[in-house]
Amino acid sequence: MAKVLVVTSGKGGVGKTTSTAALGAALAQNGERVVVVDFDVGLRNLDLVMGAERRVVFDLINVVQGVAKLSQALIRDKRLENLWLLPASQTRDKDALTDDGVRRIIADLRTKFDWVICDSPAGIERGATLAMRYADEAVIVTNPEVSSVRDSDRIIGMLDSKTARAERGERVTKHVLITRYDSARAMRGEMLGIDDILDILATPLLGIIPESQDVLRASNIGSPVTLNNAASAPARAYFDAARRLNGEDVAMTVPVERRGFMNRLLGRRAA
Amino acid sequence: MSATAEPQRQLLRFRGRSFVAFVFSPVVPIMGWLEELDATLARSPGFFAGRPVVLDLSALELSQSAIAHLIASLQERSIRVLGIEGVDEAQLGSGMPPVLTGGRQCSVEDARPKTKAPSGSLLLETPVRSGQSIVFTEGDVTVLGSVGSGAEIVAGGSIHVYGTLRGRAMAGVNGNSSARIYCQKIEAELLAIDGYYQTADEIDGRLRNKPAQAWLDGNIMRITPLN
Ligand SMILES: Nc1ncnc2c1ncn2[C@@H]1O[C@H](COP(=O)(O)OP(=O)(O)OP(=O)(O)O)[C@@H](O)[C@H]1O
Ligand SMILES: [Mg+2]
Repeated sequence: MAKVLVVTSGKGGVGKTTSTAALGAALAQNGERVVVVDFDVGLRNLDLVMGAERRVVFDLINVVQGVAKLSQALIRDKRLENLWLLPASQTRDKDALTDDGVRRIIADLRTKFDWVICDSPAGIERGATLAMRYADEAVIVTNPEVSSVRDSDRIIGMLDSKTARAERGERVTKHVLITRYDSARAMRGEMLGIDDILDILATPLLGIIPESQDVLRASNIGSPVTLNNAASAPARAYFDAARRLNGEDVAMTVPVERRGFMNRLLGRRAA
Repeated sequence: MSATAEPQRQLLRFRGRSFVAFVFSPVVPIMGWLEELDATLARSPGFFAGRPVVLDLSALELSQSAIAHLIASLQERSIRVLGIEGVDEAQLGSGMPPVLTGGRQCSVEDARPKTKAPSGSLLLETPVRSGQSIVFTEGDVTVLGSVGSGAEIVAGGSIHVYGTLRGRAMAGVNGNSSARIYCQKIEAELLAIDGYYQTADEIDGRLRNKPAQAWLDGNIMRITPLN
């Protein structure tokens, strides 16, 4: 049974696109057929993080409008043969995305993949509601700060009321993914603690992704962090999260950077 | 099915949407009424920001310039008037909000209640999330969960929150001064009973995160620990 997963947040820049790519690649490395779908029309990003920006010919809106077939728009990853990307359009108006068009595409993708992962745009407007519209599950990406948590709370309310599942009286399975977590800053009380976030959101935790330079390095060379440096702290956290998405019971840890020799030599200045 | 083919017509489609508006009914002297409004705003700044406000002028006899002045005074306080009731079209200038008729007292439920007892109480079995507004003027509202920051509950009766109250709670909105607000943990942004408000800043810090209730003692709002 295919699962449709939306990666959403309300607040911008919290790590949705990074998480879509990392989770998608992690699931694909376990042998599952995965497609990551970019819903951020006009500000597409996922193709860059996936390193596929120079291979985009057709996009989501072309398929919605019937200009291209789904098979023409799907881009297969160069590194993982069961990982695919359905890119967004950088040039077209986001109003071109229609509810009915999204419904048809998602239904079609369900027949071809095990996981359909939708990278939502920020905000609570049409783009975000369409990205979540046909989801079975949701990853709510949250940074450990008040405004992000509050936006996540709002998005959870929308997942419970504005999705097709909610309208049928069913539930979207929700998971909170805390990203950009800096344990040193949390210890100094400069960030919200994990317990505080979970208390406010009253939603199960999928994982804790540490703040890490490895994420930037990976996205700069167009690779999901779980492919680029599988041993890094954020990659390990994403692998654990992917296993939890598959229903495995994995102990929750707060991953820390493994400090290399140079780091230790240079001490704190390396941060 | 009709046998003759009608020419296709593109129909203009209108969509209706109703809002709950605050109705302001100014009384003379207008300056005194504005002062009262300022006192309310001082207690809860931004309370009316972004909310539809309707002016009911039926109790007043104002000239066009006096109406214009009143609208401008409200605008200075960041209150935007959506429409005006109780005046003749001819009394209003061209740049003014339109005359509204047919407004009615109403109750709105934004979230679908899971269980609704016939006794005029509303039970919500899931948390109330940021951005959600539950308006239930017929009676009490009980929430089995938390009320998020940026969420609000408006009740004709009392409000019971079996979780943390982080958002706004307004009880007794129809003039029921014996309504109370109870919660398991108080972190509210705003509490109101029958029009008396307290904002987060005014709530005693020692009560924070503890079980508490708010009630009216005459025209003073008391917030006291539960148990
Ligand atoms: N764990 C992390 N450590 C360090 N930097 C991170 C981490 N996660 C994300 N970032 C960085 O934060 C920025 C925003 O990330 P990303 O584009 O994934 O967010 P987004 O939620 O998709 O943003 P938008 O709302 O604009 O779509 C990027 O520069 C990304 O590299
Ligand atoms: Mg993004």
